[in-house]
This record gives sequence, structure tokens and C-alpha cells, in this order.
Amino acid sequence: MSSPRLAAWLLALLFTCICSSTSAQPAARPVPLKSGIEFTGAEVRALQGDEFANPGMLWISRGSALWDQPAGKEGRACAGCHGEAAAGMKAVATRYPQIDRASGALINLEGRIQQCREQRQHAPPFKYESEELLGLTAYVRQQSNGMPLSISIAGAAQPHFERGREFYYQRFGQMNLSCAQCHQDNWGKKLGPEAISQGHGNPYPIYRLEWQTMGSLHRRFRSCLSGVRAEMLPQGSPAYLDLELYLAWRSGNLPIEAPGVRR
Amino acid sequence: MTKWINRRGFIARIAALLALPLLSLRSARAQTPAADALLDKITGGAPIQTGRVRLEIPALADNGNSVSLRVVVDSPMTPANHVKSIHLVAPKNPRPGVASFFFGAGAGKPQLTTRIRLSGSQGVMAIAAMSDGSFWAATTEVAVTVSACWDAS
Amino acid sequence: MAARISVPQNARRGDQIEIRIAIQHPMETGYRVEDNGTAITKNVINKLLCRYNGAEVFRAEMGSGISANPYLSFFIVAAASGELRFDWVDDTGVAGSERSAIIVA
Repeated sequence: MSSPRLAAWLLALLFTCICSSTSAQPAARPVPLKSGIEFTGAEVRALQGDEFANPGMLWISRGSALWDQPAGKEGRACAGCHGEAAAGMKAVATRYPQIDRASGALINLEGRIQQCREQRQHAPPFKYESEELLGLTAYVRQQSNGMPLSISIAGAAQPHFERGREFYYQRFGQMNLSCAQCHQDNWGKKLGPEAISQGHGNPYPIYRLEWQTMGSLHRRFRSCLSGVRAEMLPQGSPAYLDLELYLAWRSGNLPIEAPGVRR
Repeated sequence: MTKWINRRGFIARIAALLALPLLSLRSARAQTPAADALLDKITGGAPIQTGRVRLEIPALADNGNSVSLRVVVDSPMTPANHVKSIHLVAPKNPRPGVASFFFGAGAGKPQLTTRIRLSGSQGVMAIAAMSDGSFWAATTEVAVTVSACWDAS
Repeated sequence: MAARISVPQNARRGDQIEIRIAIQHPMETGYRVEDNGTAITKNVINKLLCRYNGAEVFRAEMGSGISANPYLSFFIVAAASGELRFDWVDDTGVAGSERSAIIVA
């Protein structure tokens, strides 16, 4: 091969390599958008749809009780500032994750509840996956049931969104798989006996039959990472918050399902 | 005509005819020795007949941790003729005895819904004990799959 | 234990009324192990009683084969106004109880 032709060939190869690197993967939504409930069996759909039999309602009951419970030195309940949850929390969950005006950090709903506990109720915060945090998060989400998300990826949120997108396309673990490879490129196809969903965050926190309890979106990230034999980050990690923002954008106009039930 | 009178064939056919009712009783047995022992405990050794019980359970379980089922028993529920109890048996579970439900004097129609755990694919049994001392059962095959991904969360 | 019961407030005499109950409980099988290998002790709600004006109308004896956060639905006949009382206990002896008034016309 002549020198100019070799150079051209090498340039083309380099260009291809750059374009296929993870940072160049554009943000994309699956088409058409489908909630994970469409990829579950009839039983899970029936459970989610039955207001009484839905196991998540047990956590919402707990959350509803906690809402009115005085906490901290001043004995302040959530209701003390926010009033009745049905009015005070209507549509609130649709705006998370968001940039916290005070700190400039990206904060999700769990983070906001923890922040309120600590900074405004002056009470010890609830840990991720605690009955209290799951209950309150589920209860607040329920006040936005059926509503699409209304988040911003502009301004201070933009770098978080970009990092979330990069995480989404990054390969992880022994299996060297990215979120996108299952949930963007192969949704609808079978993984073992299960149909792969599009991996949206709209029903979280969910009652997951596999966990036999309610769990957060960040716990689900941990499940997926362990599934590809990657190291799991703890709930509340900045990387998970960024990913949560990307997923919130990616779910488009899919409505919040609360309480969600999945297998 | 001559074929029937042929002794060897005749005896074989009579034996086959006699075996039929025993086969229909045996089909209401469980699939494991532990479950068989449990059934004997429930019935005191009395035969379990197939029928009168309907066990509604999905043919394919989303997840073995939680499988919804409904049991409906055909019974007038009068003081003279009613269902005393319903027993759920999962023969291949590590503990085949899942639950027993007992109906008192004020009980309504014998229809029950719950969610059970199944450790693998098997024929789930619902056995109804009637006030006349008879036992009736339904067995429904359920396929239970394992989750695709390992979850260490 | 958090529990929810569904009982109609009103009924006509002779009506078949559906009772539904959901209790938050892990129904620990005793087969699970911690990350360090120690077994998690079995603990299930083993008995649940429903009394209608003091008389037992329904009893469930349950094992680890009942799913976590047990759910039951059964029927009783509306006989007289009064109280439905639910009592349950788990293997460690922790008990739960719920009551519901019913008006039968």
C-alpha cells in the first residue's frame, strides 16, 4: 500500500475508533417508550393494579404514618411544614432528581427526604433501604402517581446528565456489558426466561418479588452491576445520582407508577 | 367372542378394569415421599378424590418467591355439608406443607386467595376436607423459572 | 407489624363478604444465610385467626411456603352487626391484631 493510502486508511480507522468510544454515544430514548410493566407477566401486572393486594401499599401505609409523626428536638413532623401530603406533595416527585439550590449538588427524592430530616427536622437521617426512607419515598411518589417527570438537564444539571449518559454506555464487570447493550439495544428480547425491559426508573421504589421487599432505584443499579459481575457502588453515590438523572430524561413522558411492582 | 373367553386375555382385561378406580385415586397422590407422608397426615390415610376443587394458579410463575393462587371448592356450605378445611401442598418445596385454612360456623363460600413460594416447577395441590369425612383435591402444574441475573444487592 | 385489612363497613344479612388482609412480615424461611455464612433464623407468621363477634370463623396455619408480606382473602357470611377481630402471631411470639366494625342490616 502507498504511503498516502496507508495514512488515509489509518485515519479512517482512528476516526471509527473515536466515534465508537463511549463518550461519543448520543443520548437516546428507546422507541417506542414502554414502561417495564409491559415486560412483566400477568401476575405482576395484576399485583401492581390491585390497590389492596399491591404489597408496596404496606410501605406507603408506613410512610403515611411517618408523615404525621413528630421528629427531632423540636418535634416537627413532615406535615408541620408541608401540610397534607396529597396537596403539599402533589407533583413534587416529578421534579427529581434536581439541582439543590442551597448546595448546588444533584439531589434525588431520597436525598431530599434525608436532607429535610437532618437539616430541618434536626433528626437522624434515614438510611437507604430503611423501612422509613422507603415508606416516605413511596408515599411522596404516590402523590405524583400517573404523572410524567418534569426534570431539567440544562444549566448546572447538564454535566450530571452527561456523566449519567457516559455511565449508561460504559461497559462494566466481568461480563463487560453496559446498560445500553441490554436496555437500549436489546429490550424486548429474552434473557433466560425474562423479557428485557427498557430499564426505566418510573416505578421506583418498587416491591420486587426477587427481593421480597420494597427497594430503591439505587438498589436496582446495584442488582444490575452485580448481575454483570461488576463492583457495586453504595446507594446515594454521585455516579448513581447522575445515572438517575439520565434515566429520568430517558423515560420521556412515561408516568410515575407508585407503588411499583416488578418481578 | 372367543377372544374374550380366552383365559389369559380375559384375566388381564378384568385386572385392567379393576385397576382403573385405583389409578384415579393414585393420581391424586403427591410427587414426593415427604408430600405423600403429609397427605396421609392430613387425611388419616383416607383416599383423596380428584374433583370439586378448582386451583387457579398461573402455568408460568413470574418469580418463585410469590405466586398468587385461588382455591374454589364446590360445596353448599350448609351445617350438614360443608368444607372443614383447605390444605395447600407444594410437593417439591423443602417443606411441602404450605398452609392449612380452617372454616368455622360463620364462614362464607369456600374461596380463598393467597400468595405462595415455590422452590421449583411442580404440581401444586389444594386438598379440601369435607364435613362427611371425604377428601377432594386438584393438582395444577406450575413452571417456576430462576431469575436471569444474579442479584447481590 | 404494618397490616391492612379490607372489610366492608356495611352489609345485608346473609351477604357473602370478602375479607382481605395484608401483613408486612418477611416470612423468613430459615434457609437464607448472611454474607458471612450464618443462617438467618426461621420466623414466619404461623397462625392467623379471624373472630366474628367472638366466634372463630376462619383460621390460617401457615408455614414458610406462604410468600413474604402474606396476603389472604376469604369469605364470611354477614350475620349480625358487631366486630371482626384479627389476631396473628409469628414464631418469635410477636403478635399483631386488627379490628373492624361491621354494620349488618
